[in-house]
Amino acid sequence: MQLLPARENQVSQAVLVTEIQVGIAELKVAGHPDRLITFSLGSCVGVSLYDPFTRVGGLIHIMLPDSTQFNNVTKPAKFADLGIPLLFSEIRRYGARSANLQAKLAGGAQMFSGSNDKFELNIGGRNAMMARQTLKKLGIKILAEELGGNRGRTMILDTVSGQVFIRMAGSQLKVI
Amino acid sequence: MSERIEMSCSHLDVLQEISNIGLGNAATALAELLKKKVDIAVPHASFLEMEQVFPLVGGLEEVVACVNLSFDGDVAGTVMYIFAEKSAYKLVDMLLGQEIGATGELSALGESVIMEIGNILTGSFMNAIGSMTGLTMQTSVPLFAFDMMGAILSASLVASGHWDEQVLLIETIFLQNNDQIKGHFFLLPGTGALDRLFEALGIPA
Repeated sequence: MQLLPARENQVSQAVLVTEIQVGIAELKVAGHPDRLITFSLGSCVGVSLYDPFTRVGGLIHIMLPDSTQFNNVTKPAKFADLGIPLLFSEIRRYGARSANLQAKLAGGAQMFSGSNDKFELNIGGRNAMMARQTLKKLGIKILAEELGGNRGRTMILDTVSGQVFIRMAGSQLKVI
Repeated sequence: MSERIEMSCSHLDVLQEISNIGLGNAATALAELLKKKVDIAVPHASFLEMEQVFPLVGGLEEVVACVNLSFDGDVAGTVMYIFAEKSAYKLVDMLLGQEIGATGELSALGESVIMEIGNILTGSFMNAIGSMTGLTMQTSVPLFAFDMMGAILSASLVASGHWDEQVLLIETIFLQNNDQIKGHFFLLPGTGALDRLFEALGIPA
């Protein structure tokens, strides 16, 4: 990731940072100093959880808000209502404490211009809303959001600082 | 070839033939519009799982132009046309009669050119299916996006409800003089749409 700003301690301590990719409808947890990255969120929503004390982080790439609308759920991480609680229990298994957890959200865009509600059904907005609700139920504080609009976003969680980087086509890297 | 849809070679041949006819009609429509000849070749059609589609079109963060159109009626589904950023610029040049390479960013005019092409292509494709099968379909207003491929494709798939199913990918090439522009045409059939299509064509499933 050449586009990311270099870390102060990176050269001096020669820390090997692994960048772990989180695919669509997947979730992953990682510890300091690794990074979690999910590419090209459109109407999908990325939710990162981070414990600043143990420096453990987790990231999920959600596609749909509500699993109860489907009979056959094979990938729980696809849905906000199932995936976020799963990420919550995974990250605690990894040593994070629930009281420390901070969430950041990105994505939930409407990608098509001239979009009628009939086509996109504002899935991005519904994903974001369900993600917020689910986090609230779990008692997790939302620290930052980068939601809505009509641009795709790549989301990167740095477990050293807890910073989340947002990359968009043709734009400067943004930190939230 | 998939286990799930169980598409035989002859089914794919038929779909490729329909694509050829449909896009041949599109080439004629384009030539009339431009008052010059544009050929469209369909070298390849295949049925793919979703995960296989992304790397074929390009990198997840690669910028692409996409025209998206849904249809319903006797059969329902979505058709999409995707061009890589550079191909989209070339296409604008070719269709506006400019020197290839003249366009370096997407203007409002460029956007409407791509939208119109997408509209003609998808419309001709749907007409070909309609006239070969006798099925009636109504198409929606085309939608346009220009951004990261992964974001556009996943948003389209989620919105059309097709994530777990397979899509028909048709590679197309526009030819004019010595220039070639490659694009990807997708058909996302709704539930039962393929069965109905083949039934109407008199091909046993």
